Amino acid sequence: MPTITIDGEEVQVEPGTTVFQACQSIGIEIPHFCYHERLSIAGNCRMCLVEMEKSPKPIASCAMPAADGMVISTNTESVRLAREGVMEFLLINHPLDCPICDQGGECDLQDQAMGYGRDESRYLENKRAVIEKNFGPLIKTYMTRCIHCTRCVRFMEEVAGVPQLGGLWRGEDMEITTIIESGLNSEMSGNIIDLCPVGALTSKPYAFSARSWELRKTESIDVLDAVGSNIRVDARGNQVMRILPRVNENVNQEWIGDKTRFAYDGLLRQRLDRPYLRNSKGRLEPVSWAKAFSAIKNRLNNLDGSQIGGIAGDLCDCESMLAFKDLISGLGSPNIDCRQDGAALPPNIRSGYLFNSGIAGIDEADLCLLVGSNPRIEAPIINARIRERWLRGDLIVARIGEVEDLTFRVRDLGGGASTLQDLISGDHDFCKDLKNAKRPMLILGQGPLARIDGDAILSAVRLLATRFNFVKDGWNGFNVLHTAAARVGGMDLGLTPKNGGLGTRAMRKAAADGKLKALYLLGADEMDMSDLGEAFVIYQGHHGDRGAHSADVILAGAAYTEKSGHYVNTEGRVQRGSPATQPPGEAREDWSILRALSEVLGNTLEYDNISELRRSMIYHVPHFAKLNAIENAVWEKFGESGEMDLSGGIFKSSIQDYYMTDSISRTSKVMAECSRCFIKIDGATGTDG
Amino acid sequence: MPLVNQGTRALLLIEILRGLWLTLRYMFRRKVTINYPYEKGPLSPRFRGELVLRRYPNGEERCIACKLCEAICPAQAITIEAEPREDGSRRATRFDIDMVKCIYCGYCQEACPVDAVVLGPNYEFATETREELLYNKEKLLENGDRWENAIAANLTADAPYR
Repeated sequence: MPTITIDGEEVQVEPGTTVFQACQSIGIEIPHFCYHERLSIAGNCRMCLVEMEKSPKPIASCAMPAADGMVISTNTESVRLAREGVMEFLLINHPLDCPICDQGGECDLQDQAMGYGRDESRYLENKRAVIEKNFGPLIKTYMTRCIHCTRCVRFMEEVAGVPQLGGLWRGEDMEITTIIESGLNSEMSGNIIDLCPVGALTSKPYAFSARSWELRKTESIDVLDAVGSNIRVDARGNQVMRILPRVNENVNQEWIGDKTRFAYDGLLRQRLDRPYLRNSKGRLEPVSWAKAFSAIKNRLNNLDGSQIGGIAGDLCDCESMLAFKDLISGLGSPNIDCRQDGAALPPNIRSGYLFNSGIAGIDEADLCLLVGSNPRIEAPIINARIRERWLRGDLIVARIGEVEDLTFRVRDLGGGASTLQDLISGDHDFCKDLKNAKRPMLILGQGPLARIDGDAILSAVRLLATRFNFVKDGWNGFNVLHTAAARVGGMDLGLTPKNGGLGTRAMRKAAADGKLKALYLLGADEMDMSDLGEAFVIYQGHHGDRGAHSADVILAGAAYTEKSGHYVNTEGRVQRGSPATQPPGEAREDWSILRALSEVLGNTLEYDNISELRRSMIYHVPHFAKLNAIENAVWEKFGESGEMDLSGGIFKSSIQDYYMTDSISRTSKVMAECSRCFIKIDGATGTDG
Repeated sequence: MPLVNQGTRALLLIEILRGLWLTLRYMFRRKVTINYPYEKGPLSPRFRGELVLRRYPNGEERCIACKLCEAICPAQAITIEAEPREDGSRRATRFDIDMVKCIYCGYCQEACPVDAVVLGPNYEFATETREELLYNKEKLLENGDRWENAIAANLTADAPYR
């Protein structure tokens, strides 16, 4: 291990460490723009210059590997002069428009110019002006401000895997631009806004709307996919102004997907801000909470428990789901489900519905088999993690399902159930690779599970996993990739039909047949509501989406930025989100609505506040006590063996349009614009829109 | 002795005569009072009166909604909301100053990078109701237009010392 001396202090570092990292490891901060720990080293901003003994010139510390016996000084006069010189050159062409720049107040260049900038400019010539680029509906460019650190270029190429950005020309004429004049077609593109050290790339939806210093920052959890990305919600007044990622090495590193980042404008539109009741003319009219509750009481009181059903949606927090379960079972109903799509997830057996290897476990895998899953749109963060692993080499990725570009090379084994059967029986070429793999993992998507023969597919995949040693000591490579943030939480809390109760499909059918008289939807928007018969539909949620349209009573709940709640991500990690704003109007936190309703229905839930509810939650499901940790699931028997429908077509992903997956993103204007720009519509001629 | 001194002064009304002498002297000096509002005293170019929002000579409003004045205001009297205008430039959609809260410290003027918000020379803006003292962008710009000449002259006069 090389030992180097930094400012008189001896440091031992790992071979391959750069001088920059060595300095960081002992707490010496070195100014920099182009260096980023998760990207490759470019060494082109020259801001990180330090002095090295026996070197005639200062060296760029980010690009210099630490070698034994180096003597580095970071705070001498010549280092300061060198950095001041670099800063002066950077500022030659950088406009002095901080007051109108959205980066102002959180700008690396601004901060470092305070330390290394001269107070007056010596540059009298004309400044360079660069033409704006079209980076799509999410990213606003102001390329005159660019200092050519190439972080965005490296990110798109390395992490996002969509090499659409590059630098043209050289020297002062250099420009960062897209290869062709179209937006950046990536689900991760928003991250280049955070990466840009200056205001060249800023958020288009957030443009000019707020300043960093006037925002109230709340640490929370994303619910728009099942990854549970750690986010920071920045709000001003009662409005969410932007959403930024938080670092969590085990989940999202420091990236978030574009839907997570930009769908927040949906939180302002089509909100349910008060209860509604369908009147005799068949129209929804606003009513008071008391009236809405009494209408529910009048309808439910005459019903037998088995005539009532409850379905929990995809964005629910665990607190409200537990209260929901207690309410429905208090009414004597066994009909409850959290699987709106009817996915055949095994109740009570955690290992059967978790992403068992964990997201960080992807780093250790050497084979990845995708079964009916398109991680790029179902969970871009996980896709980026697979790509990161793939770039490191020795990872075979294979797929059963639709052929899609996942930003890494994938071996296509076949389309559907028959390929799966071939693999199990050992008739497929790929079985050799499966046998040789030391740490194989498979990712089973929701698409195949939601098919009618989902049960059989699940058991077939389980058989495949056992046959090829996907599960062994210290390694469980059987992974279910969810698309709904509430799904794992709901399964953990047991929101599945009990004692012969009905699941989602059966409830819908029973409602159409008139056997189910009342259906309570807790934020359930993703199912087909067209044929619910005469059933009395109660919808509790935050957006006037599909569920609310077919409802007879609407109870106005809170969205994920407005309530404190636990969420369990696809790998089984329990995380807590915090409220950044208040629910609009008369809307309330969901668990409190359920608690209040239970009192009206004469079956009061046993908790009066959220701490008591959480205590009850932990009592029933102990692993909720461990925040930000994964409770390893025991590998058990699950999946009823049945016949797979071999003619059932290829396995399709459960998501077609990444930008439109839930009630929040469907109401978001920004997401609609993205969908218009980036999603290919079948039958589009190219002249439409 | 001091007791005798004091007694003599009191007896001879010396203090009163002194006072009367002072009054008499002032009767022949120049008056310091002015016939306000028909006459007004001189104002320094740095006088901090009513707030205005200025425009450029071509009529374009100066304010770019950078919110530095909002940030520095110790009384939190300024509220700004911004969004891109049709031509893509950064503009305030709302610029409110609560003149009841304002303490006339002039920090906003110091903070402004484009000399848009300025405390003008006007001090005669008393109103009958509080509501009239809640200025919006329209009112502030109107003030700016009305006082532009005086403000420009003041700023020029003060410029050498800044």
